[in-house]
Amino acid sequence: MRLLLFILAVLVPLAILSLFTGVSNVSPATLFAGDARAVMVLVESRVPRTIALILAGSGMAVAGTIMQMLARNRFVEPSTAGTVESAGLGILAVLLLAPGLPVFAKMLVAAVFALAGTLLFLAILRRIPLRSVLMVPLIGIMLGGVISAITTFFAYRYNMQQSLGAWMSGDFSAVLRGRYELLWFSFAMTVIAYIAADRFTVAGLGEDFATSLGLKYTSVMALGLGIVSMVTAAVVVSAGMVPFLGLIVPNVISMIMGDALRRTLPWIAASGAALVLVCDIAGRTINAPYEIPVGTVLGIIGSGFFLYLLLRRQSRAA
Amino acid sequence: MRHEAQSRAPLAVLAVLAVVALVAIVCFMTVGARGSWSFVLAFRGLKLAALVLIATAIAISTVLFQTITGNRILTPSIMGFDALYALVQTVLVFLIGAGAASGVDPRLMFAGNVIVMVLFSLILYRFLFSGGTRSLHLLMLVGIVFGVFFRSISGFLQRIIDPNDFVVLQDRLFASFNTVDTSLLGIATGGMVLVGLAMIRYLHTFDVLSLGREAAITLGVDYRHVTTAILVMVAVLVSISTALVGPVTFFGLLVANLAYLVMPSGKHRHILPAAVLIAIVTLVGGQVVLERVFAFDTALSVVIEFAGGLFFILYLVKGGSR
Amino acid sequence: MIEISNVSKTYGAKPVVDGVTLNLPVGGLTSIVGPNGAGKSTLLSMIARLMPMSAGSVTVDGLDVTKTPGDVLARRLSILRQDNHVTARLTVRDLVSFGRYPHSRGRLTKEDLHHVDEAIAYLNLGELSGRFLDELSGGQRQRAFVAMVLCQNTDYVLFDEPLNNLDMKHAVSMMRLLARAASDLGKTVVLVIHDINFAAVYSDYIVAMQSGRIVCQGTPDEIIRADVLETIFGTPFEVHTIGSRRIATFY
Repeated sequence: MRLLLFILAVLVPLAILSLFTGVSNVSPATLFAGDARAVMVLVESRVPRTIALILAGSGMAVAGTIMQMLARNRFVEPSTAGTVESAGLGILAVLLLAPGLPVFAKMLVAAVFALAGTLLFLAILRRIPLRSVLMVPLIGIMLGGVISAITTFFAYRYNMQQSLGAWMSGDFSAVLRGRYELLWFSFAMTVIAYIAADRFTVAGLGEDFATSLGLKYTSVMALGLGIVSMVTAAVVVSAGMVPFLGLIVPNVISMIMGDALRRTLPWIAASGAALVLVCDIAGRTINAPYEIPVGTVLGIIGSGFFLYLLLRRQSRAA
Repeated sequence: MRHEAQSRAPLAVLAVLAVVALVAIVCFMTVGARGSWSFVLAFRGLKLAALVLIATAIAISTVLFQTITGNRILTPSIMGFDALYALVQTVLVFLIGAGAASGVDPRLMFAGNVIVMVLFSLILYRFLFSGGTRSLHLLMLVGIVFGVFFRSISGFLQRIIDPNDFVVLQDRLFASFNTVDTSLLGIATGGMVLVGLAMIRYLHTFDVLSLGREAAITLGVDYRHVTTAILVMVAVLVSISTALVGPVTFFGLLVANLAYLVMPSGKHRHILPAAVLIAIVTLVGGQVVLERVFAFDTALSVVIEFAGGLFFILYLVKGGSR
Repeated sequence: MIEISNVSKTYGAKPVVDGVTLNLPVGGLTSIVGPNGAGKSTLLSMIARLMPMSAGSVTVDGLDVTKTPGDVLARRLSILRQDNHVTARLTVRDLVSFGRYPHSRGRLTKEDLHHVDEAIAYLNLGELSGRFLDELSGGQRQRAFVAMVLCQNTDYVLFDEPLNNLDMKHAVSMMRLLARAASDLGKTVVLVIHDINFAAVYSDYIVAMQSGRIVCQGTPDEIIRADVLETIFGTPFEVHTIGSRRIATFY
């Protein structure tokens, strides 16, 4: 009930605001006046952009949550585990080897790479004695660095840096009708995640615990990683990297509501969408008529929040 | 007798490293040269000087930083120092505008940038290191995230500033190993000499500091004073290398650890020159191999990032960071 | 003399050391005992200016430890803490030489070298002097650090749990050595120590702490009594006299 209230009171107004924010003059007044140009901009650009923001935001927040459950670590999300960078490498591979592939196939390749990168990350985690929970994101970030060094190397060799950069930086300004529909796929993944929510909660308690509760740990793991890879790939392919979203939202919601995913996942999805909307609207207004990509805005907010999480934890421990 | 033999071995290693560095330098100056020698030598000489300066700055700043943090995996760039430099540079352009900024003598600009950088890094890293017993992993993670934070703010400001200003800034920030910014060579050399003089004054404390904070205090080192001095030197050195070449995350990590590995002694009077020589070999030699032999241009920094990142992960996996 | 007056250390609202006033006598071996969390190590660290104090003052031979320049104090007082971990690759001899740093600033004179050799011999480290610290066992490393501290040749030497990492044989020889340093070399040795019987047998003076305060102090004869020990540690004791020694059991 309160969730519905949140959606009505926060998400819907934000979405409407997003529809009417931008360089072209689109407002209820111009629409009622029957301004054809305004209607065109609304249908071709603003509506797709707003939907894309909502879908990407909720998808990345949910993907972050699932990763945190599976890695059993609060600081993990697609951009601190090498997942996003692997998806980027996948995109580069497609652009180099089969540039003619349809977008959906590109996304699938990126998803396969994202999955492989995440598996590599988890394999490294299994091999090391985990002395500190902080080692997990540390290794993830470094792995991401190594993978993106490979990507940069080939991108540089084949003079693709610029087009790759356009793919990777989180920017919704180029989202138009016909260029965002992949994100519905990520939405489908989010729904599946909700249906399987209880399993992820149990898996988050650990392999032994999950097994003794009669859960097939490996298949939950496979499902979760599949969802994370698909969502990440879909978002990266259609809009670029949206950093730290999967870190901020799940942590805030978990502080307020705990970790029973069946209850919290809808909140996480709604809040993720709201946060991305806020950041994108801010990016559109702060320096109008120029746009600041949402990835940049989230980079500041996200890393600031990350620092807060780390240092707060520290002061509590001391 | 035994420790006489021991003090000879490090010198032998240093001699070998020096010879290798010399060979790398000669190759750099001569391989693939075409046309007038005087032009080639002058042109390459300038670049060589820059590379040597960068190698020295990065090697020394990393070793000293690792000495005061008592750890061999923290480096100034992992802790976000070079991202901080880019941020300071961006904020300056943001505040006074590129027009004014490019009117200012770049050397003056550099000096101002160094001062801001020193002040800011002192405040920030004092705060981070004052805990004494803070977890190392926390420090590393906080440093990395600070780096991301600084870069994001820079990115944000770069989007807000006037696009024309941005072009100016981009020129300044996106130096790399083969487009080294040689206009600052003079002042960078000056900064280097100052740091060198300061180092001579503090040289005797470095070894004591490597015993850790408590042992150093017990042995009468004014710990706060000396670590502050070292942080200032590190800030200046990082400013020099970043101004000339832009951020390089893992280079320092690699050369410092290689130096610890090949040196049969832990003393700074052996480790510091070894790290500098290894850095020169890697940078100058690597540039020759990649640029002239494989005909790759800017790839050196990418290769270093790749190797350094792998090394970092392996180091963590092997549990070396206790 | 080490004079401690009204020294406190608080973390947030929680006092770890709570208004301690204490004079540690010159010469001899003084042990600070007490249950875990009594504030013994914290007090020792504050005496050696490794940790700032929240209130109060400590003077060593009249020198205020927080105001005296570090190198002046380093020629009078040294401390060895637990868990000495050194990342740099140093030999035993390198480490012991650092003990001369307060005197020579890293440039060893003939006299310094003499002290180094003496300290190495005193701790029987001759055979190990060329080995790197990371090649040694925990006990050998502990001895190397003790040699460094003795090589510093200060009147006051503080040790925090010097018997950690040592097996029985080495614990006994370490305690003998520290007692000898006090009696033969005329040093004032102050220990924080866990084992009450080591304290009983080797100390000239015992200070007992509990919850950040001094509960009692005196000679071993005065402290090693069943009723006194029970108040300090909160568990029943029996005290036996074996030969001339008083031994406490609490099993």
